[in-house]
Amino acid sequence: MRRAWTTTVGLIVIALFVALLGYGVLRSNRATSLDAAVASGKRVAPPSVNLPWLDRSEHATLADWRGKVVVLNFWASWCPPCREEAPLLARWQPQLTSAGGTILGVDTLDVASDARTFMAKNKLDYPSLRDRGGDTARAFGVAAYPESIVIDRKGRVAAVMRGPLDDTFMRDHVRPLLREPA
Amino acid sequence: MSRLVSLIALLLALMLAGAPATALAASCPKTTVADLEDEVMCPVCQTTLALAREAPLAKRERAFISQLVRGCKSKQEIKQALLDQFGPTVLALPQDKGFDASVYVLPIVGGAVAAGAVAFMLLGWRRRGRRAGTAVPRRRSTRSEDLLLEAELDRLR
Repeated sequence: MRRAWTTTVGLIVIALFVALLGYGVLRSNRATSLDAAVASGKRVAPPSVNLPWLDRSEHATLADWRGKVVVLNFWASWCPPCREEAPLLARWQPQLTSAGGTILGVDTLDVASDARTFMAKNKLDYPSLRDRGGDTARAFGVAAYPESIVIDRKGRVAAVMRGPLDDTFMRDHVRPLLREPA
Repeated sequence: MSRLVSLIALLLALMLAGAPATALAASCPKTTVADLEDEVMCPVCQTTLALAREAPLAKRERAFISQLVRGCKSKQEIKQALLDQFGPTVLALPQDKGFDASVYVLPIVGGAVAAGAVAFMLLGWRRRGRRAGTAVPRRRSTRSEDLLLEAELDRLR
């Protein structure tokens, strides 16, 4: 009787340990599977985005931009490469807007007032959300800043840029998506 | 004489002007950036601020803390402000409320369970020992055995 009880407790402890290990492995693999899918030419659904606006408390989700090409740009005002990338974003936003697309900034791990000043100073007029603790960034596998995820008109991840955007990437990976039907 | 009076008046005026600042400094909580560096994380670097010297985010956090220290904020108020701006991963120690409280509660519960298990085992051993004592009563030696023992002891003497 006692042996059966000890075995049951032992098995429960082992099962909990394995479940915890599995959760950790799956969590770390989610972002790499996103990159792998894009690399193999597949378009997959992005992780969920439900964040407040940078300048107000209402929340927005990616579904709010369904039918548009979205360049989801993870950035922070303290990040030097983000400062270098800003002029390119300011230059591309009008082109994207006129073709049914947009840049959607996600300010991550940042002082909100710094971020708003950054947007104003760099004349960035695209929408920007606030990922205070970086949970959404982590779900997208963002490890350094800036990084961008390109979402097609059907709401699927079509391209990933792990680093600052450049004109070549915008021409080769974003512009063709603008010609696709919704 | 009039020069002396004006000098004293000037000194008094200066002392009075400095009084609010001195009073403020006295009531200001004595917190420093160094005091918080071990308790605040640089979430991007995955280390505490004390270890992340050059990371841009760590520098920004340090400047943010400095600003609040100058603004006379207490350690707890500064931690709350950091939490508001950078989220829960900015604190090296989890909060003592909500799910994070389990970090503090679980060791206590674990300790209590372990102590209970040890007590349970000890009681079990004691009970088993007592049962063993009653199950096999010590047998008295027979007369022949006593004689044998005596003879053996005489031989040794």
